[in-house]
Amino acid sequence: MNVRLYVWQRATAALMVPFVLVHIAVIFYATRQQMTAADILSRTHGSAVWASFYGAFVAAVSIHASIGVRNILTEWSPLPDRAAGWCAMLLGIVLALLGFHAVVALVLT
Amino acid sequence: MPDTSAHLTVSLWRGGADGRYETYSVPRRESQTVLDVVTYVQRHIDSTLSYRFACRVGMCGSCAMTVNGHPRWTCRTHVAKVADHGRLQIGPLDNLAVIKDLATDMAPFFEKWQHAKGVFAPSQTRVDPMARIRPDSPARVAANAGIECINCGVCYAACDTVRWNSDYLGPAALNRAWTLVNDERDAANPARLTAIAASGGCHSCHSHQSCQEHCPLALNPTASIAGLKRRSAAAYLKGELKA
Repeated sequence: MNVRLYVWQRATAALMVPFVLVHIAVIFYATRQQMTAADILSRTHGSAVWASFYGAFVAAVSIHASIGVRNILTEWSPLPDRAAGWCAMLLGIVLALLGFHAVVALVLT
Repeated sequence: MPDTSAHLTVSLWRGGADGRYETYSVPRRESQTVLDVVTYVQRHIDSTLSYRFACRVGMCGSCAMTVNGHPRWTCRTHVAKVADHGRLQIGPLDNLAVIKDLATDMAPFFEKWQHAKGVFAPSQTRVDPMARIRPDSPARVAANAGIECINCGVCYAACDTVRWNSDYLGPAALNRAWTLVNDERDAANPARLTAIAASGGCHSCHSHQSCQEHCPLALNPTASIAGLKRRSAAAYLKGELKA
């Protein structure tokens, strides 16, 4: 890992700390209020705030996880650094696509 | 409970990478060190045994070996401290190629010291006045904390990251770089930060702290590496460092 990847991984980790706390609080709130999926979607529909929150969360997760997996591949697999980098980038893209698909479903349905 | 038997059962690594452990019986002596045991085998049992030592007092850093599974300097390690029911297993240091028996090829270890720019680069000449460094300045205190390294290679052999990533510079080289980063007289810090911030540099460290755990001088290379991480990340964010 070089300094550029290190800074990105630490920055996204720092960003995810409040995201995770808010996300857990939302889960607690929704379950305590016995909200259904329809209740939740009715509140998130068209919300720029929730779209921004979970959009940024997905971006941070995709970057953070792919850098971490790249590190694991370079240390634990026989893949050369370049191939490990491509595999990790592919994982990041898949995570981002799945995550943004979910965000779109949350705010546009 | 102290071991008081008259003889030690000593397994020594013999041969190269494809060698094996061979067992010897060595008389137990008072205040006996592991190096004494190895020396006894070479002088009284098998003169073909190869190993390194020089000063015998913990200054030169040449006698490190793997003793009962842990890297140690053998000249300052008492048998009473490490013998397991009168048994010792002594092998070459991990993470370095075996040349023969207990002698490893230390070249990669010292080459990484060079890659980390572990050489002092003077910013003044001998005709300039002597630099005045306050002993209690934060930079000097940080440098002093790591300056006593004797390059025995124990931390390098104990490091998981070195085992997993052969490009990793290792604790000793990075600790040396940190002492120079904090040396106000040094002029090579831009190049040094670039070297230690690249792939295989300080950011590869997982902070397992095996280096600190095993360092015979109780130094803390993990703390030095953490300092390098902070310093290089700050330089990168300021645009002073290209990655």
